Amino acid sequence: MGLAPTPAIPAARRDLTTVRRARGPEAPQWGSAILFLLPAALLLTIFLLYPAIYTVLLSFNRGRGGVFDEWVGLDNYTRLFSDPDFINLGTFPPSGALWNNVLWIVFYTSIVIFLGLIIAVVAARVRYESVIKAIVFIPMAIAATALAVIWKFVYSPDSNIGLLNAILGAFGISPVSWLGDEHIVNFALIGVGIWGSVGFATVILSAAVKSIPGEIIESARVEGASERQVFFRIILPMVSLPMSVLAVTLIVNVIKLFDLIYVMTAGGPGKASRVIAFTMYQQAFSAGQYGYGAAVAVVMLALLIPIILFNVRRFRTQAVT
Amino acid sequence: MSVLAEPMAGARPHTPAGRAVAALNRSAIHVVLGLIGLIWLVPTLGLLVTSFRPRSDIQATGWWDITQLHLTIDNYRQVLEAQGMLQAFINTVFIAVPSTLLPLLICSLAAYAFSWIRFPLRDTLFLIVVGFLLVPVQVAFIPLLTTFRNLVPDLQLTNGYGAVWLAHTAFALPFGIFLLRNFFITLPPDMIEAARIDGAGDVKIFTQIIVPVSVPAIAAYGIFQFLWVWNDLLMALIFVQDSSKFPMTRAIQNLLSQYGTEWHLLAAGAFLLMIVPLIVFFSLQRYFVQGLLAGSIK
Repeated sequence: MGLAPTPAIPAARRDLTTVRRARGPEAPQWGSAILFLLPAALLLTIFLLYPAIYTVLLSFNRGRGGVFDEWVGLDNYTRLFSDPDFINLGTFPPSGALWNNVLWIVFYTSIVIFLGLIIAVVAARVRYESVIKAIVFIPMAIAATALAVIWKFVYSPDSNIGLLNAILGAFGISPVSWLGDEHIVNFALIGVGIWGSVGFATVILSAAVKSIPGEIIESARVEGASERQVFFRIILPMVSLPMSVLAVTLIVNVIKLFDLIYVMTAGGPGKASRVIAFTMYQQAFSAGQYGYGAAVAVVMLALLIPIILFNVRRFRTQAVT
Repeated sequence: MSVLAEPMAGARPHTPAGRAVAALNRSAIHVVLGLIGLIWLVPTLGLLVTSFRPRSDIQATGWWDITQLHLTIDNYRQVLEAQGMLQAFINTVFIAVPSTLLPLLICSLAAYAFSWIRFPLRDTLFLIVVGFLLVPVQVAFIPLLTTFRNLVPDLQLTNGYGAVWLAHTAFALPFGIFLLRNFFITLPPDMIEAARIDGAGDVKIFTQIIVPVSVPAIAAYGIFQFLWVWNDLLMALIFVQDSSKFPMTRAIQNLLSQYGTEWHLLAAGAFLLMIVPLIVFFSLQRYFVQGLLAGSIK
């Protein structure tokens, strides 16, 4: 797909071209361009471009009240990266909001893709495939706020209320405080994230698996390949591209993750389950540290810039070819 | 029909032992899928059952204890009336409808310009829009809340719905323009050229040709945007400051922080929030999945 709609005008349509030239649409259509683009351009400038530049500048400022009051250079950033609540690599395991994002990226991304692929491949062998896919997909329709309520209920430490502790209780295990224990809370939250996103991975990977031509798999089987070999040597390599796009999408989700954490734990217990987007909100809007909060937002942007550049580049090369 | 099921049938084993192993494998598949179905259904189902159980029952026994099943709609009545969830539901509609229609209109206009109007630097500008796709909204929050309040104190945008409408619309633009432009560009050039020759201007081409033939794409995007706004908490947290205008996501978050263990209220509240997305999901599943897949890059 190209960016330029009509690269060359065929000779047979020259008469048509002449008409068009006479009417002048080859010249820039300024009036129409402005009319159609003005609302979008205004909103993007006022609500995104200008604020983004402002925030980057504010991150080098004390920023009391959200305005430029005192230039502090890199002070916000040095404070941020020496703040153990943001990133603490001095202990084992490391901790802090940024580290929690790393945990999310590692466990959430890999498990979502793994389960998505398994469900996509296994469900393809049964008649009720579409039912399974729909059931797993339902959480994608639901607000993170509702997911949070559903799972706070499942995780309830009261074994008359929380299903998980009721199950443990049936085996004589005492209730676990899933969201109250700082060593467990991040994994409990990641579990909810996985539950919410597997359906999305399943749908994408199922489409990818089905686009593999049947003859390839068929001929591999005729050649004597086992099911295992078919999976690892054919299916897996052939879905690796959609899988990597999916991985990037999930990583972007993690960097922007906010609602689920805010509703389920508010970053607690203590500060154990904070993530970077939560820290940004908390610093800027609860603690009123606007310069510091701006620095956190800029870190979020910096983490996403490689992916943004990759997208733009990919799009530009598509336009050239 | 799945691609994978076919070769399985072709490779059916011929010995009795082989057939037994195959049957065992097949039942293993059903067990695994059944388990997956349970894990993905039971948490939501548990909350649904709880939303219809009396408060005293919820405290006494687990929802899975079906010997103690008495159903009531009191929880819903209480959360709708006493806890203001009815108002919050109306507020959510008030926020979501303009925050869907405005982006639909503005994105379609811009996407048309980026596909069918000639002007210099068009492709460069479009690449800038693509670049904005993943910019986190957090980079805009502080100036939008502070400087704009200082610059235009009389506007009081965050006391009404204006701020949240405009913010939702602005932040939706990069993705909406990207998606719709990629659809518009695939429309046959001859169709547009022919209309030009007949003397149609861009406004006429847009309203009478582009929009009518693009209804499926615009609808898929509209559904995606509607559910995005309906389910949003973060933007409402920043841009809706008047508590009488809070949407359901904020109302539930408030319920949770005030009555963290009043599950009869929380369960009913959560289902009121979920009901519209679930209806959309089951009735428009096709559009919904399309929109969501296309929206995956957001």
